[in-house]
Amino acid sequence: MDDRWGGAVLILGLETSTSQVSVAIGGPDGVTASARVRRDQRHAELLAPLVEQMLRSTSTRLADLAAVAVGDGPGLYTGLRVGVATAKTLALALDLPVVPVCSLDLLAHAARHGAGRVAAVMDARRSEVFWAVYETDRRGVRTVVEPAVGRPDAAAERLGAIAADAGPVRIVGDGALRHAAPFLPVGGDVAADWPAYPSASALVQIAVQRLDLGGGVAQDAVVPRYLRRPDAEANWVERGPA
Amino acid sequence: MSAVVLGIETSCDETAAAVVGSDLVVRSSVVSSQIDLHARYGGVVPEIASRAHIERITPVVVEALADAGMSPQRPDGIDAVAATIGPGLVGSLLVGVSAAKALALAWDVPFVGVNHLEAHLFAPMLEEPDVAYPLLVLLVSGGHSMFLAMHGPGEYRLLGRTVDDAAGEAFDKVARFLGLGYPGGPVIDRLAEEGDAQAIAFPRSMLHEGFDLSFSGLKTSVVNHVRRNPSVSSADVAASFREAVVDVLVHKARRAAAEIGAVGVSLAGGVAANSRLRDRWVAFAEEDGLRAHLPSRAYCTDNAAMVAAAGAWRLGRTGSSPLDAAVDPNLPLVVVGG
Ligand SMILES: [Zn+2]
Repeated sequence: MDDRWGGAVLILGLETSTSQVSVAIGGPDGVTASARVRRDQRHAELLAPLVEQMLRSTSTRLADLAAVAVGDGPGLYTGLRVGVATAKTLALALDLPVVPVCSLDLLAHAARHGAGRVAAVMDARRSEVFWAVYETDRRGVRTVVEPAVGRPDAAAERLGAIAADAGPVRIVGDGALRHAAPFLPVGGDVAADWPAYPSASALVQIAVQRLDLGGGVAQDAVVPRYLRRPDAEANWVERGPA
Repeated sequence: MSAVVLGIETSCDETAAAVVGSDLVVRSSVVSSQIDLHARYGGVVPEIASRAHIERITPVVVEALADAGMSPQRPDGIDAVAATIGPGLVGSLLVGVSAAKALALAWDVPFVGVNHLEAHLFAPMLEEPDVAYPLLVLLVSGGHSMFLAMHGPGEYRLLGRTVDDAAGEAFDKVARFLGLGYPGGPVIDRLAEEGDAQAIAFPRSMLHEGFDLSFSGLKTSVVNHVRRNPSVSSADVAASFREAVVDVLVHKARRAAAEIGAVGVSLAGGVAANSRLRDRWVAFAEEDGLRAHLPSRAYCTDNAAMVAAAGAWRLGRTGSSPLDAAVDPNLPLVVVGG
């Protein structure tokens, strides 16, 4: 442990990129507590009380925190606004760095035990999915295809090509469960064995490694990973001013 | 009202933070406007507004605290953090409310959820601590147009409201139709100064009926008039349109003030920045022996000082809000009496 931890020992992780709101606390010795709640689109009501309860139940003092980690998307915009605004503001008030982690990394991290590559596929609404591909080992994950948004059949086709080229791809996430048909021929068992939603536990585990490697950033540099432009902007660019 | 409160406002397209001290002294008030981002679309685009709030919220809070001589890490003397919880755009509201709750947690002070409409009613008190009641308030903005009888902080009676467009919306639509750009209020106000307000007799809707308002008929008359008279002067159209809106507002305000026995009449909301409305407001109040309250333009348009002021009062009167308080895009103003 080097001085990036500044004597403090814990990371607070916030993950709100799906309909699940998840909070965890942990450090180099592991995750000490985690909690998750699912109540559709209620992120702003759930997150702050969950953080408060977790700090209290683990007797964590704010001075014990070395960083705030946040799943920065892709995902539900509502959830990302709440999670990222909360993480940035906590980091500002506590003078801490933020460790932003792609929410797809968290899905892949939870499925890192096993052979071959992992594709994380999240539901993106509008009949689309957010997806990315990872190489994994017991310690962690490494991105081999950057996060993208697209139709499930198009994503499945890309994954099929990767599987034909580089061996089996395990497919995880609520996007693959919801749009299972095109992924079944690629992933075999579209994995119900692994968590369908990114968790704050995985976030804290990844953030501990990244903070050691200098992966903490100033809060004002953190923005959600939307992967889509606002509709109005996209239409304006395509059609030009009305 | 003795608490020192940090207020946060993100209900529409302004990211704002302010520190208001005891007795409603404004120690700082920072507003970051997004007009430049929305101008080319001719109106506020909710998704673009939400994204801009996320990028601006912490710098705006830092600036408001710095202007008040405070640090975000050790803001000695802040008693509570207040934020607008509605009405407004849901994605925008979420950013300010999440930030406010996070600050309340980190600083270990209460969070107070504030109604945006009630906040507007506190704007006059920021500059004139001795407001007398009953007060007739005309709240006119891009999203709202209503007459309220205010018998004191927290005691409001709704007298009438728009049945279709808000006044600010009518300005925006007419400005867009005339090709004047966005936002419509300031551009029409400027152009109208060069025109003849009596050039075109636009209709004054529901002038003598109750206190409800309607602007969509007026907007349609403007469109029809310009289509029939393509060579008409835009300045005359702007001046005549503005005069029609102001005529209706002032005429109804006068009757409403008499009906409730008002001792003062106050303007609130973005349209209250309109120069013709301000002039005629002062004139009619003087004629009728009423005290006119005109918050400065910076406190008429959306700002966080009014949110902090309303939050300070709410904290003393109804206490803090729980951390699981929800945002409500359609939050009504709680009115008392009938
Ligand atoms: Zn307003």
